[in-house]
Amino acid sequence: MSKDIIGTIKENVIQGRKTQGDVGIDDSLAGTPGVVELVQQALEGNISPQIIISEGLTAGMQVVGEKFSTKEYFIPDMLASAEAVGAAMDIMKPVLESANVETKGKFAIATVKGDIHDIGKNIVAILLKGAGYEVNDLGIDVPTEKVVEFVKEEKPGYLGLSALLTTTMTEMGVVIKALEENKLRSSVKVLIGGAAVSEEFAQEIGADAYCVNAFDAVKVLEGY
Amino acid sequence: MPRKGILVDRPFERLTREQAELIHQASMQILTDPGLISFNREAVDILHSHGAAVESIAGDHQSWQVKIPEQLVLKALDTAPKTVKLGARNPDNALIMHGDEPRVYLITGSETNIWLDVDFPTYVNKADPTKEIRVPEFKPRRGTIDDLCQSAHVCEHLEMVDGYIRTVNIQDRDIIEDNKDVNKFFASLNNNTKHFMSGLTSLKQLDNVVRMAELIAGGKKALEGNPIISFITCLVKSPLQFVDDTTETFIEVCRRGLPIVVSSSPQAGTTAPIKEAGIMAQINAEVLAGITLGQLVKPGTPVLYGSVPVRARMDTLGDSYGSVETSQYNIDCVQMARFYRIPNYSTSGVCDSKIPGQQSSIERLFSDIVVTMSGPQFLHCAFGLLDCNSVFSLLQAVLDDAHFKMIEFFLRQPRIDQPELEAMLKQMREVVATPQKLYIRYIRPVLRSGEISGVYPFEGSGEADDVFELAYEQMKELLARPVEHIDRETTARIFEEIPGILPRLNIYESRS
Repeated sequence: MSKDIIGTIKENVIQGRKTQGDVGIDDSLAGTPGVVELVQQALEGNISPQIIISEGLTAGMQVVGEKFSTKEYFIPDMLASAEAVGAAMDIMKPVLESANVETKGKFAIATVKGDIHDIGKNIVAILLKGAGYEVNDLGIDVPTEKVVEFVKEEKPGYLGLSALLTTTMTEMGVVIKALEENKLRSSVKVLIGGAAVSEEFAQEIGADAYCVNAFDAVKVLEGY
Repeated sequence: MPRKGILVDRPFERLTREQAELIHQASMQILTDPGLISFNREAVDILHSHGAAVESIAGDHQSWQVKIPEQLVLKALDTAPKTVKLGARNPDNALIMHGDEPRVYLITGSETNIWLDVDFPTYVNKADPTKEIRVPEFKPRRGTIDDLCQSAHVCEHLEMVDGYIRTVNIQDRDIIEDNKDVNKFFASLNNNTKHFMSGLTSLKQLDNVVRMAELIAGGKKALEGNPIISFITCLVKSPLQFVDDTTETFIEVCRRGLPIVVSSSPQAGTTAPIKEAGIMAQINAEVLAGITLGQLVKPGTPVLYGSVPVRARMDTLGDSYGSVETSQYNIDCVQMARFYRIPNYSTSGVCDSKIPGQQSSIERLFSDIVVTMSGPQFLHCAFGLLDCNSVFSLLQAVLDDAHFKMIEFFLRQPRIDQPELEAMLKQMREVVATPQKLYIRYIRPVLRSGEISGVYPFEGSGEADDVFELAYEQMKELLARPVEHIDRETTARIFEEIPGILPRLNIYESRS
């Protein structure tokens, strides 16, 4: 029973089926429970959340990653799977907390002040959540003070800053400077991304990493 | 089920109805004044016996001035079939062409003398020897029958190719005038199950190639119902002349009732007026004269209105297929054929460029897109051809196929109806209510349904331009795929009955 349901969770992650209503990559699982319903069932069946995560969710995401790298899967497939895993993590959050199981880390993400573009930021948030990180999305056009405040209060291990415009990318440097001034810089790894920025720019402003896209962000974090 | 082709929902037209009418009227006038010069006696006799005025012209070559009355042309337009079927070895590859339906079939050809090989040597940067790049190098050589087999083989697998006109002239030492036709027909038909169209090198071989087609199709009657071969003859030499030998071939093909293209290829500036009105009135008159002759030989002969107009280059007075005007003339001709409801043979993709590259891509894509949009039924779109149709590159043919897939996608009809719009409004309401406000999850149901166009198939990684190398890989992959050859028994009968086919083309003999 336990093996069956874990295998089915994994299969549903591969198919990117969050709930029963999702069709997935093909219609072979149509109408059957999706990741959310299955994880609920697994928890009710007293299956260990670690097993659900490692053998169901993570194992499924691993296959998705492989399929993406061989170009069998596209970004929408990857995101659907990540969304399904993210929803499962939400369900399991209380159980994980009571069992003292830690997530991969706390990740805060924001589009900097003056910039309202958030497609990239949202995709990064979905993927990281699906990869097992606790993601705090601070939103768009976020004032530097709010970012600093969040880092001070919530102590995320990672901070992602996004900007699309050449006119707003300089705000990233302002945030980093403010973190330094508040003696918070060493407590958080700062990752930047967005159409306007580059590796050189990241170095120039003292960021820890430049992520060329959302998948790169996952890779960078896995490297820490 | 015939091939589906590309159905152009709203064909692009340059001429108003009144302008088409004016061209028609001008062509009618041309056919009586000055009329045509015929160097073929039989054509003169046929036209004369049906009411054309004929007058002998003094000179070294026997010729006649022929004035074709309008009534004769109109009657021919009446008997010319408005639907033409071009059959195929594989019946699923048949082409059904309705003169009033802008369904485009894409065909290879024409014959070139030069075959372009490609290799990818590595070059080292002199300043930094650690840097290397692979660069395509094209090497021209004379085409052979093996090349023709390869070309037919690859074109069998090119998805967008609907029919095959041989792309290379076979110039092997053992190919002579008397055996060229049977060999080019056999090599093409044996490596390709799509419709095969060709010109004839020697009229003496007509009955041999027709017999070959009968054997493959399953008999004379079967060939009538499934004409797996058709012919193209340039009986007209611009301006306004019936050439002796090609007119004779044309008449003989019409007598056998097989589909034939009446083709004219005037060059604006030299063999036709440089002005659009002039070349259009002339080419239309030339094609109508051919159609009239064909219908008088055998009423109901399936004919295609064949137009290959081109503008002259101002620097050499050679053909400039890459010129913008050439596409304009072609589009006008498509419209004139539709005016008569006779299926059209049109041309696109011919370029001035000598090798694959930027110039070649721009020239051919320009005409491929606009001429396809005009909706000719039979589009000779010069797959793989370069240097004004004198060079063939298999690599270019693979690229052309990919580009036509994009054109096909572009010409899809929009799906905008009430249920679709309602579904979209529902999506919007759902997405707007989510924190991320992204439609990405709705992509998935259509991702693999064919509703979304793919990325450029030969896109390289990073900043590298790998187009040629990737196309070359695909070319090799297509060559490695098997083709359905003519079966052993039919092959044996063909070799038994048809003289002159090179023994090395018999795959069963060479394999055993």
